[in-house]
Formats: sequence, structure tokens, C-alpha cells
Amino acid sequence: MTIQIQAGAPAAAAPSRREPVPSRPVGVLADIRNVFVRELQPVLRQPASVLFAMVQPLVFLGLFAPLLPDTGAGSALQWFVPGIVSMTALMSASFTGANLSEEIISGSFERLLVSPVRRSSLLVGKALRELVPLVLQTLIIVAVVTPFSFELHPAGVLAGIVVLVPFSVGLGALSLALAVAAKDQSWVFWTVQQTAIFPLLLLAGVLLPLDGAPGWLEAAADANPLKYVVDAERALFAGSFPVDTVGAGLAASVLVGALGLWVGVRTMNRAA
Amino acid sequence: MIRTTGLTRHYTRNKQTVEAVRGLDLEVAAGELVAFLGPNGAGKSTTLRMLTTLIAPTAGTAEVAGHDVVAERAAVRRAIGYVGQGNAAGHQYRGRDELMCQARAHGLSRRDARARTEQLLEAFDLAEHADRPVSQLSGGQRRRLDVAIGLVQEPRILFLDEPSTGLDPQNRVNLQEQVRRLNQELGTTIVLTTHYLEEADALAGRVVVIDHGRVIADDTATGLKSALGDLVSLELASPEAAHAAAQRADRIPGAQVVVTDDRVAVRAPYGREAAPALVAELAAAGTPVTRIEVVGPTLDDVFLDLTGRSLRESADHHETGAEDGATETRGEAA
Repeated sequence: MTIQIQAGAPAAAAPSRREPVPSRPVGVLADIRNVFVRELQPVLRQPASVLFAMVQPLVFLGLFAPLLPDTGAGSALQWFVPGIVSMTALMSASFTGANLSEEIISGSFERLLVSPVRRSSLLVGKALRELVPLVLQTLIIVAVVTPFSFELHPAGVLAGIVVLVPFSVGLGALSLALAVAAKDQSWVFWTVQQTAIFPLLLLAGVLLPLDGAPGWLEAAADANPLKYVVDAERALFAGSFPVDTVGAGLAASVLVGALGLWVGVRTMNRAA
Repeated sequence: MIRTTGLTRHYTRNKQTVEAVRGLDLEVAAGELVAFLGPNGAGKSTTLRMLTTLIAPTAGTAEVAGHDVVAERAAVRRAIGYVGQGNAAGHQYRGRDELMCQARAHGLSRRDARARTEQLLEAFDLAEHADRPVSQLSGGQRRRLDVAIGLVQEPRILFLDEPSTGLDPQNRVNLQEQVRRLNQELGTTIVLTTHYLEEADALAGRVVVIDHGRVIADDTATGLKSALGDLVSLELASPEAAHAAAQRADRIPGAQVVVTDDRVAVRAPYGREAAPALVAELAAAGTPVTRIEVVGPTLDDVFLDLTGRSLRESADHHETGAEDGATETRGEAA
């Protein structure tokens, strides 16, 4: 028989106890900022990643734009570039769920779900990430085309970016919601994303003008919020500010933004 | 620290209701180190996911760190640490950034978060890998980072879901050592799931055996095994001697005796204590034992005894379990 005496309290073994870790509840805004800062890290560490969503738009810019005839109002490029900026925003925001899919598969999303971060903050912080590629990509496109027959109106470009912000954030939120909803089958994400993108683009008149479209096509285009956004971008990039066109574009953009965040937060609240 | 009553979770898969967890009643006291042991699909991970607020129970209640897992989700999330089956750190991120982010999510000030991050990187021997993308880290390094992230706010309770799946033996031992130290030195309550018998045996003070969504045994590993008893194998000079020996062995309380030719197998609680006397007795009776082997039961024997199935086999062959599909796939892939 051996008698073993064990120290009852761990105090002896523990290296002199430090101060307890000062954790405390986090406010909503700080919560969103934490998620937003985390989202930016891969972009900042690998800025080239913003180019990924730009491949298709740049191909259209290089290989399709030269085929377009100049319009009465100006060069073909002047007409085409705002559409390409909108297309880039659409591509970039709709891809954003793919990053989340990756995080769902690898496990880091689960960790965030168990952490004290609010689900709504998780969605909003991630969706706000879209601001960064939006600004960078727009500046890249403008820089690329300015040496050619494109007349730069800096104030118009800036206003154009502002109009695109709610649209990008809302679409990003929808893409995130899609990734969460399709978490068990990631192919669903790409199928839906690809199926949605091209009708939206064509019905917004990004590639070809919608003038003289048959009635049914015109009706479909009228229901496409991106069409109003693209019209507003064209006006702003040309240096003009028609209140009705810009107002309609902003309204459509805000509508997409609000809808996206609403759907996104609802979906995220049910994520497991 | 944990209290569940009638905790139940059903899934609907292909229009069929799967009862992943059926009426679990469980209590875990502060400072315990508990392993949920069972084959894939037994309901261990589903239970853990309910306790960590990832999924809501279909019925029943659970309290973790004094908070209801449904009504007070936020408080539970602040109190617990969680190491899931996947990696806590995003593969495109860097370890240091992820630790900072987790610390900030728990409300540490920037300065405190930085201090805590450095402390954890040091403690888990990750300092020199902290600024590389997580995707470039080895499996063992990633797992250490997962645990470090789970410990950011120094939780009173840490949940680990299949922590050593996919780790090589050395990393597995290291991880077990860290978990044990955490429990002993800081008194952190630890609940982990595993389908490795050795892990439950080596690590946990208490083993909760789960099968088909129910607790089928709940005791210390030693307790579970001694209830089943040791296996004493004797060899004798002849089948006749073996027959005589079997009759004597049968007098040992609780013994189950099987004779095969000149061999006798005795399964009995406290078999190893009874063996010396039995050997002496047989020698005195003129039928001496020529060879003896005493084998303590393994947890696999316990599982086999409880369910009629070997845990090793079920772990190998159980492909589509009752557990969440995503969890299952991740478990397999990890």
C-alpha cells in the first residue's frame, strides 16, 4: 500500500497566478469594427486578390469595348467604363460569399459563431468589406482607361463610387447569405451566383445599350435595380449630375443594400 | 458547470427523423475533465454543439456556466472556450491576427489583447509561426493555434470536439498534455469528444460513453474497466487439469469461466487480485498452472460489453451517422 499525498489546491503547481484576463461585453459598433478589420487582413496582406474579380471586366474592357461605335455624346469608352465599374462591383460583391464558404469548410466560421460576436455584426462587418475592393477596383479601371479616349471627371467618379456603396454592401450580404444557406453543398453557391450574374448584367445595359429593346425585355430591365445604378454611373462619370437619374440610381442602390442586409442578417441569425 | 435535463436533438434528413441525441441527463462539476466517448454518429458532437450554442435543442434544457444555452446564448458564448473539429484560424489569416481578433471579440482592450496574444503564442510555442499564413502551418501547429484561440479569455470551461483527429501520435500526446495541464493548473473544466479509446483512457477523469444518442455508461475509466473485470488466462498440463481448475475458478465472485482444451479463461472483477490465490490453490491440489496471463480490460472491452459491438469496428465502418452532415464530413476529412 502506498500513500500518496496530493496537493488539494492547484495554487502550488500554478506559476504564481496573474491578473485574470480582462474580458467584457463588446458594443455593437466595436463588434462590427472587429469583424471588418479581420475581413480586411487578407486583402491588405495580398492586395493582388482584388484583381481576381476584375479579370472578366478587364477582358470586356480590352476585347469588347473596341468593338463599340462611338455615341453621339462621346467616345465608346466614355459610355462603356461606368458599366464596367458597375460590373466589377457586381462581380466582386457576389464573389464574397466564396471566402465565407471557405471559412465554413475550414472551421474558422464556426469559431466566430461560438464567440461573443453578434451574428448581425458578423454579417454587417463582412459585407462592409466590399468598400475596399470597390474603391481600389474603380481607381484601377479609371487609371487604366484615362490615357485613352476617356475623359476623367474626378468628382463624378467619386460620386459614382458613393452611389455604388450600398449596392455593393447589399449584394455582398446576399452573397454571404447564399454561402451560409448552401453550406452543405458549395456547388450550389457557384450555380446560383453564376446564374444570377449575367441576366443582371445584360438587363442593366452594361454591355450593349437597351435602346430599342423589345417590350418584354424593356420591362425586365426596368425591374433590374442595377440598370438605374448603371444609368446614374454613366451620368456621373460624364461629369453631369441629373438629379432624377442620380436619385433613381441611389434609390435602387439603397434598396439593394437594405434588402441584402435584411436577408443577410436573418440568414446569419439561423447559422449553425 | 454543466447541467442538462432531457436534452434532445432531432434532425430531418431526407424526410426521415434522426434522433441524434435522446434525452440526455448529465451533470459536470467545476474542474472536471470529461470525455464523451462513442463511435461517429453516436451523438457526441451534436451534444457538444448544443452545449456551445451552435444548435438549439429540440427538447430539454442545458445550462452551461450557470446560463441557459438557448435563453442566455450570449452569456454562454462569453464564458466558454471552443475548439471545433475544423481550424479556428482562417487559412488565409495569420495566427497573431486571429488571436488579436478573438481577444478583441471578448472585449479586451487593444493593449490587453496584444499582451494576451503574446502570452498565448509563447505558451503554445507558436511565436515564430505567428506571422505566417495559417495555411502554411503544420497540422500540429494549427491545432495548437486552435486551442490557443479557444483560451483567449481564459474560459472557465473549454469544449474540444475531436481534438486529436488527424494528428500524428506525437502531436496527439502533446495536445493531451496541454489539456491535462490546463485542467490541473488552472482548474479549467474540460469537456471533449473522442472516438479514440486510448485518449479517453489516458486523459479523462471521467468517461461518458454515448451510443445511439444516449449515455450508456458514466464513470471513471478505471471504474468502467474494473466493473468489467480482468481477464485471467491459465494454461494447465492437461484438459482434465484444466477442467478441475475451471471448477475452482468458478468460485471467484462474479467470474465467467470458459475452458478450451488445456486452457481456462476467467473474466472476473478483481481478477488480478484473485489470481495469486488461485494459482497457489491449484498447485496445492496437484494441478499446477504452467502459464498465466492477466490482462486488464480496455475501454473497448467495456464498449463491447455494453453494446455488443467493438468501438474500433464502429469507428471504422460508421460512415453516415446520425450527426450533422457537415460535421461528419469535416471529421472524416480532417
